Order: sequence, then C-alpha cells, then structure tokens
Amino acid sequence: MPFNTLKLVRKAVLASTGLLLTAALPAYAAWDLNLPRGATATSREIYDLHMLALWVCTVIGVIVFAVMIYALVKFRKSKGAVAAKFSHSTAAEVIWTILPTLVLIFLAYESAPALVRAEDTRNSEMTIRITGYQWKWQYEYVGQNVSFFSTLAQTSNETRQLGSGKDPHQVENYLLEVDRPLVVPVGTKIRYLLTSNDVNHAWWVIDLAVKRDAIPGYINEGWFMIDEPGTYRGQCAELCGKDHGFMPVVVEALPKAEFEAWLASQQAPAT
Amino acid sequence: MTTITQGHDAAHDHAHDSHGPARGLSRWLFTTNHKDIGTLYLLFALVMLFVGGGMALVVRAELFQPGLQFVNPEFFNQMTTMHALIMVFGMIMPAFVGFANWMIPMMIGAPDMALPRLNNWSFWILPFAGTILLSTLFMDGGGPAAGWTLYPPLVLQSGNSLAFAIFAVHLLGMSSILGAINVIVTIMNMRAPGMTLLKMPMFVWTWLITAYLLLLVMPVLAGAVTMLLTDRFFGTSFFQAAGGGDPVLFQHIFWFFGHPEVYIIILPSFGIISQIIPAFSRKPLFGYSSMVYATAGIAFLSCIVWAHHMFTVGMPLAGQMFFMMSTMLIAIPTAVKIFNWTATMWRGSLTFETPMLFAIAFLFLFSIGGFSGVMMAMAPLDFQYHDTYFIVAHFHYVLVPGALFAAIGGAYFWLPKWTGHMYDETLGKIHFWLSAVGVNLTFFPQHFLGLAGMPRRIPDYATQFADWNAVSSIGAFLFGFSQLMFVYVVVKCIRGGKQATAQVWDNPEGLEWTVPSPAPYHTFDQPPPIK
Repeated sequence: MPFNTLKLVRKAVLASTGLLLTAALPAYAAWDLNLPRGATATSREIYDLHMLALWVCTVIGVIVFAVMIYALVKFRKSKGAVAAKFSHSTAAEVIWTILPTLVLIFLAYESAPALVRAEDTRNSEMTIRITGYQWKWQYEYVGQNVSFFSTLAQTSNETRQLGSGKDPHQVENYLLEVDRPLVVPVGTKIRYLLTSNDVNHAWWVIDLAVKRDAIPGYINEGWFMIDEPGTYRGQCAELCGKDHGFMPVVVEALPKAEFEAWLASQQAPAT
Repeated sequence: MTTITQGHDAAHDHAHDSHGPARGLSRWLFTTNHKDIGTLYLLFALVMLFVGGGMALVVRAELFQPGLQFVNPEFFNQMTTMHALIMVFGMIMPAFVGFANWMIPMMIGAPDMALPRLNNWSFWILPFAGTILLSTLFMDGGGPAAGWTLYPPLVLQSGNSLAFAIFAVHLLGMSSILGAINVIVTIMNMRAPGMTLLKMPMFVWTWLITAYLLLLVMPVLAGAVTMLLTDRFFGTSFFQAAGGGDPVLFQHIFWFFGHPEVYIIILPSFGIISQIIPAFSRKPLFGYSSMVYATAGIAFLSCIVWAHHMFTVGMPLAGQMFFMMSTMLIAIPTAVKIFNWTATMWRGSLTFETPMLFAIAFLFLFSIGGFSGVMMAMAPLDFQYHDTYFIVAHFHYVLVPGALFAAIGGAYFWLPKWTGHMYDETLGKIHFWLSAVGVNLTFFPQHFLGLAGMPRRIPDYATQFADWNAVSSIGAFLFGFSQLMFVYVVVKCIRGGKQATAQVWDNPEGLEWTVPSPAPYHTFDQPPPIK
C-alpha cells in the first residue's frame, strides 16, 4: 500500500514536471522567465545571489510540499485513516525553529557582502548627475560641460496614445527607446548622483542592477561599471504620475576611445 | 448542548425585551447584536470585493495587450490606487471584523460584544467612508492616482478630491480602531468562567493580537494622511522638499503603519486556517502554544521591519542591514506556523470539504508568497525586484490565495452555523477549483514579468512582456467571474438547503458548535461550562 501511494506521488511529480517543461519550452521567445545576468560585475553577483535564494526556496518548497502532499494522500479518511491524538512535540518544534533560522543566517551571510559592494561608490572615475522630471531624464556629465534631456522616442510616443491605431509590435524597442541615450564608456567605474526636480522617480536598468529613487531634496548615489559595449534599456520604476510608464532609460556603452570622441563632439558646439 | 438550550430558555422567561430581531430596515440600522453586525460587515466586504475586483479587471483588460486600448493613463492610475484602497480598507479588513463579530463571542462563551453600540457605529461608519472614497472618482480631476501608498510629492499634485479621499481614510481608520477596542475589551472581560487565555481558540488569539496592532498603527496612518492634507491645502511643508520638508519621512511613517497592516490582514487569516485544518483533520491543532508565541512574535517583528519597503530610497548601509535581517527573522515564526499546520494534518483523518480545500490551497500558495518574501528581504536582490511585477506577484500571493482564501474558506466553514443550512458542496468545490486555477494563472506569470524587468503601475509595456501579461489577464477574468459563483452559493445557502446540525462537521472543537444551527439570535445568556 505505501509503495502504491509512493508510485502515485512519483507519477504525479513526473507528470507535473513534464507539464512545466512544456510550458517553459517557448521560453526562448518572449516568454522570459528569469532575471538577466546583466552587464556588470554587480549585476552578475546579484544574479548569482538571486539564483542561490531561488534554489534554496525551491528545495525547501519541494520538501515541505512533498510532506504536505504525502499527508494529503496518506491520511485520508476515505482510505480508512484514523486520527492520532498527539498535539505537540517539543523536539520537533525546536528542530523546525532552528532549521529555518540556519537557512536564513546563511542567506543573510551571503547577502551582506553583495550589499556592501553595491553601495561602495569610492574610487569612481567619472560622475554623472541624473535628474528626474515628469516625464524625462536629464543627464549631466559633471565637470565636462555636457548636459542634455532624454525623452521617449517619437515613434513610441505616437503609438502609445489611446486609440492611435498603431501596432506596438511594429515599433522597434517599443517604449524602451529615447531620443538621446546616456552615453558612457565601458570598463569605467561611473558614479551617478540622483535627484528629482518634481516628484519621486527611480532610475533603473535591469542589466546594470541599479535601481535607486530620485527624490526631490535628496541626492542619492550609486555606481556601475559596464564590461561590454552595447545598449542597455530600463524604465522609471517609481510611480510618478500619468506618464510614469513612458520615461525609459537607455544607456549606450561605448569603448573608451569612442566615448572620448563622443564627449568631445558634444563639448565642441557648446554655446 | 442540552444545558445550553435550557440556559437559553431560562433567560427567555426573565427577559423583558424581545429576543428576536426587530423587523425591516431598522433591524439593520439600529442593531447592537454581534451576529447582525457581523453579517453587515461580511456583506459589505462582499460588495466591496466586487467593486475592487471590477477595478482590477479594468487594469487587467488594459494590460491584456501592449498599447492603450481602453483607458488613458490618468484613469489607469486611479484604478490601481482605488483597487488597493478598496481591497485593503473596504474589503479584507471589514471581512475579518465580520468574522470577529460573529465568532469571538460564540467562541469564548460571551453573550455579545462588550460594547454593542460602539459596534453598531464602527460598522455604520464604513458605508459612508466607502461612498466618500468612491465618489472621488466622479469629482473634478478624478480619484487619488498616486498609488495606495499615497507618496508625496506626487500625491500633492492631486486635485481637491484628495481631501475627500483623506477624510475617507480617516473614517475607515476610525472604524478599525473602534472595532479593535471592542475586540480587546470583549476578549479581556467577557470570557466564560474557565476560558483562560491559553484555552482560547487560535482565531480569538490571532484577533486579540491583531487588535493591538490596529491600535498601534492606525493612528500613525491618520497622522501621516493629516500631514498630507495640510501640505496640500494649508501650505505646510512636512513632506515638500522645497519648503524644507522631507518626502522620505512620509515613507517611513507610512510603512510604520503599512507593514504591521499586512499582518493585521494575515493574522486573522492564520486564525481561520487554524480552526479549519484541525476540524477536517479530526485532530487537535498541533503546537497550540507555539502557535500563540509565533503569532505574537510575528506581530512584534512586524513593527521593526518597515523600511524593507524602502531599500532603494538611499538609506545608510547600516539601516539596510538592519531592515534586511529583521525582515528575514519574520520567516522563522511564519515557517513554524506552516510546519505546525502540516503536523496537524499528519496522521489525521482527512476529508476535503470546501473549507478544507481553501485551507490547503492557503498552505501551499501562502508559502509561495513567503518564499518570494524571503528573496525580497535580501536587500541587494530587492534592488532588482523593487517596484516590479515580482513584488506585485508576491503580495497578491499572500493577500489573495492567502488572506482572501482564508476568508472564503472561513465563510464556507461557518456558513451552516450562520444560516442553519448546508451550502451546496458540489458548487463549493467547483468554485474552489476555478478560483485556485484562476489565481495561479493570474499571479504566477507576474513573477516572470517582474524578473524580466516590467515595472509595476504602468498602463502600457514593452512588447517582450506581452505574452505573460495576456496569460495573467485571462487568469484574472477567470478568477473574477468565478467569484460570482460564491455569491450564488451563499445566496442559495441563505435561502434554503439541507438542515445543518449543531455540530455541522464531524465533531469539531469549539463552543460555537455547541449551539444550534442557525445560531439563535442570542447565545450564551448563561455562560457555558468550560472543560
């Protein structure tokens, strides 16, 4: 009898795993399931920590759910189960208080250094001042006399109007494109100073694993160092009014020499 | 049981006033009876479930596809904001006060709540507060649209309707405080002789602790929104940086209320689950005293973790460390509870009536919400999860298949006691399965959306988020319309059905099962004997 139930459980588990796998198969299309690994050391560290936490939770979940499912299958009245009388067990309760405590200490131990590193803005090579506005970003290269606004690209803006009749699928990088991206060099520790001119915003690019609030009256700081040239896209992450969904962040990372050239070209026509 | 009936009859002979309810509308307007008031609370919550749910469906309809199809962003923001305010203050909190009213006196062997007129008032504030809140949608500039967290400076850009919304929040808070006072006074003073604190059913314990949390934090919310009011209308600068104020201060005050608030919602759910699982396992609750301590521990910890909602505001490192670790501690008493419920089922004799199905779903799905909670407690990870659909998925997992499933399960559990009729078990089970499938279809994909980078509170999104949003919207409509079935089952049960016995279920524990079904208008005129 116990063997039969075990078989049943095993079958159920196999069937559901199969189902999950089939559901996950088209994941390579737009069915994204997970955090991206990102483009910085910080983002990869956070990704690894995320996977660690996810697996710890998954393993605990599988064990706890398996015990629950076993109880649900085994101790059915319809199968003739007769209720036991016990109502406590000090030993068991002590054990299952200590076990989660240990797991949590482990997770906190793993998190703390990542947090310290993410917050360490010392020894940055370059500073950019970012100011949130309803509903655009201003980027200022401190000490370089370069400053500009970055707003949602015109194509996205036309398409996103209510009843525009335009198909968002036809727009490249719909809602994630700006007129002027933030241009930065790769391999450079860049500190950003973040504030707002009106209401709270949050500057977030998932591949850089930075998310920080832009708050009027506050100057928050953070940093990132991008390894590979490329275009990295994000969005405002703090509700800031009607066009909160329409103030994307686009960061274009260039090789150092190209960045220097770009910076010089921006400085040249300065009035 | 016979002694109870006799006690009831004996009281009847001596009573001067009528024992039955008054007739017509005045019964409900002027009632001081805990059962009537409980019913009013529960019906109000049921209505608000559909009002708030309707708003959620507007949101999900708009998010079904990328691009704006139905509403403009201003109205979308009003919908997300009002959905949350209605569901938190108008639906789930009143629902649990309804349970408290109906069940606490019957569970502790008291004839009624300690403060019956206050009880009447604390209910009748609600419909007016709810109406005022909803009326803002029809005012110039529309309802509040800055999210239910009402963060300044954004909320200070609201129109004049903000004054009405804040007044409504004041009224709702007042109602909660009065309800909490009543619960505390009742439990402390009205227990039948022999009903010591550590003999009280878990539901009573969880409500006692919840009531203290309410007393602690509702005035804090009232203070926070009052400062918003004066900032917006009377020229103060509590939260306006331009006038020397501090926008982050509001977040600290709000979440000092807001985090205990989530436990105000979930602790009574724990109480209901702790009544249902033993009844259908035919076995006493495992680890009663550790359940009490865990509840108290959760309540205490809930007051020192608030800034985990604010890891991205630029707190000092030490602050982030403290709030990360204190938050993770909450997982310990919560895990103890999950294990104790599992141990209650262990070597029991299980049957799977509708209340038990909802309780089991609660165990599994609340745990999922707990796991994502631990992940978000880890501050560096929260930099990625914060304000994305991952957090939306997390708190809906703890509030919908958590709190709401507990409330629905509790309703099925006690419906025969309230109405005297058994509900339709087949329809109840169908309702359960539709809800369980719907809720997972709605909220599980939102984990993926958040991890892939979709921020919350946006009316339109990049096309790579389209597929899971479509799935989530389909699930939301399935879940929403399934709840109509619940209304049908409840109405059917009120109007008739198989006569319920006093015990209703198979020998469940608790004084409420010693009185006849339906529970007479007045119970325990004489205190019942306690074993």
